[in-house]
Amino acid sequence: MHLSPDEIIYWQHGVFKLNATIAYTWGLMVVLALGSKLVTRKLSTGPQRSRWQNLLEIIVTGINQQIAEVGLRRPQKYLGFLGTLFLFVAMASLFTIIPGYEPPTGSLSTTAALAICVFVAVPLFGIEDQGLGGYLGDYLKPTVIMLPFNIISELSRTLALAVRLFGNMMSGTMILAILLTITPFVFPIAMSALGLLTGMVQAYIFSILATVYIAAATRARKPEPGTES
Amino acid sequence: MLIDWFTVLAQVINFLILVWLLKRFLYRPILDAIDAREKRIASAMADADAKKTEAEQERDAFQHKNEAFDQQRAMLLSQATDEAKAERLRLLDAARQESDSLRAKRQEALISEQQGLSEALTRRAREEVFAIARKTLADLAGETLEARMADVFLRRLREMDDAAMAGLKSAFAASSSPLLVRTAFALPPPQRAAIETALRETLGGKMQVQFETVPDLVSGIEIGSNGHKLAWSITDYLASLGKGVDALLKAQPKPEVKTGQNANENGA
Repeated sequence: MHLSPDEIIYWQHGVFKLNATIAYTWGLMVVLALGSKLVTRKLSTGPQRSRWQNLLEIIVTGINQQIAEVGLRRPQKYLGFLGTLFLFVAMASLFTIIPGYEPPTGSLSTTAALAICVFVAVPLFGIEDQGLGGYLGDYLKPTVIMLPFNIISELSRTLALAVRLFGNMMSGTMILAILLTITPFVFPIAMSALGLLTGMVQAYIFSILATVYIAAATRARKPEPGTES
Repeated sequence: MLIDWFTVLAQVINFLILVWLLKRFLYRPILDAIDAREKRIASAMADADAKKTEAEQERDAFQHKNEAFDQQRAMLLSQATDEAKAERLRLLDAARQESDSLRAKRQEALISEQQGLSEALTRRAREEVFAIARKTLADLAGETLEARMADVFLRRLREMDDAAMAGLKSAFAASSSPLLVRTAFALPPPQRAAIETALRETLGGKMQVQFETVPDLVSGIEIGSNGHKLAWSITDYLASLGKGVDALLKAQPKPEVKTGQNANENGA
């Protein structure tokens, strides 16, 4: 019984090691990249197109639309980062239907890595959009007194992102493992389905929160208050 | 400790690589394809719009042409109708004229035929009348009648006015040939002597008198010499009667031939 896939180590040399988290992440990366490549290799621009192309178009345009709805002016600019966040988290939880699979998002290292990415990306996008002064000025609003609170908010929300995703994903795997020992047959399937749903919801929450943070940082037209779950 | 910092670093790198991979293989091609399709649809729509506009223009042009054609056709039709009417009137007039002229000709033919017929009838009647008269008179004629005629002749000779007498005298005086007295029947000698005496008294001079019998005269007496002639005979009467009848027939106005006005009067 292990809490995180980090604990499954296939190979180690000093500080370098190949654990299940990294291995499964690579697997996911290969699947995503190869799948995309296979589908987009022969894209049709006419009215007739393959169902895989249709599926990918729906996903991409759906993400694009979500970003636009949050209020970002040029969604395609953020599509690469935010879309990949969603797809990675969603695929990681979707693959839990495969027996023996450990979701990489069930490791706090992975979720922390993703949260750090968001933590770094938000000021980068903000500075790119408003300039350094403009972005840093946001920390002094509405008054200078708010500066420490703004900084605390920045850090705490990154921590919340990481822990929320980790908790949800890890709990799903844990519950499944525990239930398998108690009621080995039908019940784990229901929990597995529930886990899929939770995974999708978490993927959505994670990426939409990242979008909201970026939108707030880039002084979007309609900044929405961050909805924490 | 749940966080393994090496794994965190590796996952950050992995994530960035994944972002790059997906940008490269997923988002860009898909978005490009969507853009291309939208462009294609837009161009197809624009093309369709252009075609529609063109079709509308062509339809308008066609309608315009159609209207023009209809107008032209109506105009030509009315023109042709007018021409046909005029032609019909002209033909009707021509037909009427022709029929009039035909009728006139027929009328003339009828008149001339009638005239010819009437003339022939008249001539025939006259000839018949004359033939009958001639035959009757010829039947009646005889020496007694001849003697009476000689008497009448003599009286007329004596009663002749001076101008005629002078003309007769000069005419007979100039001639050298003997006077020829022609009668239908042979005159008895006393009559012949009386005539000779009368002639000598009237004309003067001593001339030879020769008597001749000419049955053609029917009845009567005729003195002729060298182209001049003094006569009293029924033939002359008949001839002058015939001349008179002819003159009368010619002077008579042509008979009106009445023909019905039955020409077609169907107005246009």
